[in-house]
Amino acid sequence: MKVKILYLASLREQLGKAGEDLEIPPATSTVAGLRALLMARGGAWQAALAQGRALRVAVNQEMAQPATAVKPGDEIAFFPPVTGG
Amino acid sequence: MPVRIQTKDFDAGAEIAALRRGNPKIGAVASFIGVCRDANDGTAVTKMTLEHYPGMTEKALEKIVAEAEARWDVMDALVVHRVGELKPADQIVLVVVTGAHRGEAFAACEFIMDYLKTRAPFWKKEETPQGARWVEARGSDDEAAERWISPKADVA
Repeated sequence: MKVKILYLASLREQLGKAGEDLEIPPATSTVAGLRALLMARGGAWQAALAQGRALRVAVNQEMAQPATAVKPGDEIAFFPPVTGG
Repeated sequence: MPVRIQTKDFDAGAEIAALRRGNPKIGAVASFIGVCRDANDGTAVTKMTLEHYPGMTEKALEKIVAEAEARWDVMDALVVHRVGELKPADQIVLVVVTGAHRGEAFAACEFIMDYLKTRAPFWKKEETPQGARWVEARGSDDEAAERWISPKADVA
């Protein structure tokens, strides 16, 4: 299935990418699964998305949890903890 | 529109006047202005760039405002948040809440700021004499937001 992924703020700089349209296997059905899939690219991906790194994920512009479902056409954004205000 | 994201500066007095206009039932106006400082964590800050997640930012702020309005007996709320390049002493964010009485307006205003700091997708990047750096989230901001979960935090 196809999803749209965004990388924001410091994560975009670490990954050298603002986002991508990605075809992912149907088995990758959660946020945690997608994170693992991206980490498997190794290098900066492995480092920036590693477990233990403070990371937030939004699915269709709503804050998500590792178990949140990922469906075809979803917009999934990865970003660091927010620092506005 | 209770929520605005903009690059240009805001005039708090004009915003408050607009929010109060034509409503003689308002007895209290609580407001907060966040300002860009010239130092952070012991390092001089010469400039700051604020980035956000267009689309989600507006939704997140509208949700926070709706939650405040459901929780406290207030009349209107406004959030204006700037993005882009800011210099020390520049205004960053304005929160205004109107209501009949101050207790509820104060509480709602503080709640909106605490939730904005931890739930609205904005990120600050600072320019310092040692180079640029992304601002790290603070644990104290999480604690400030979490205290609203405890029932005793209800000032109302």
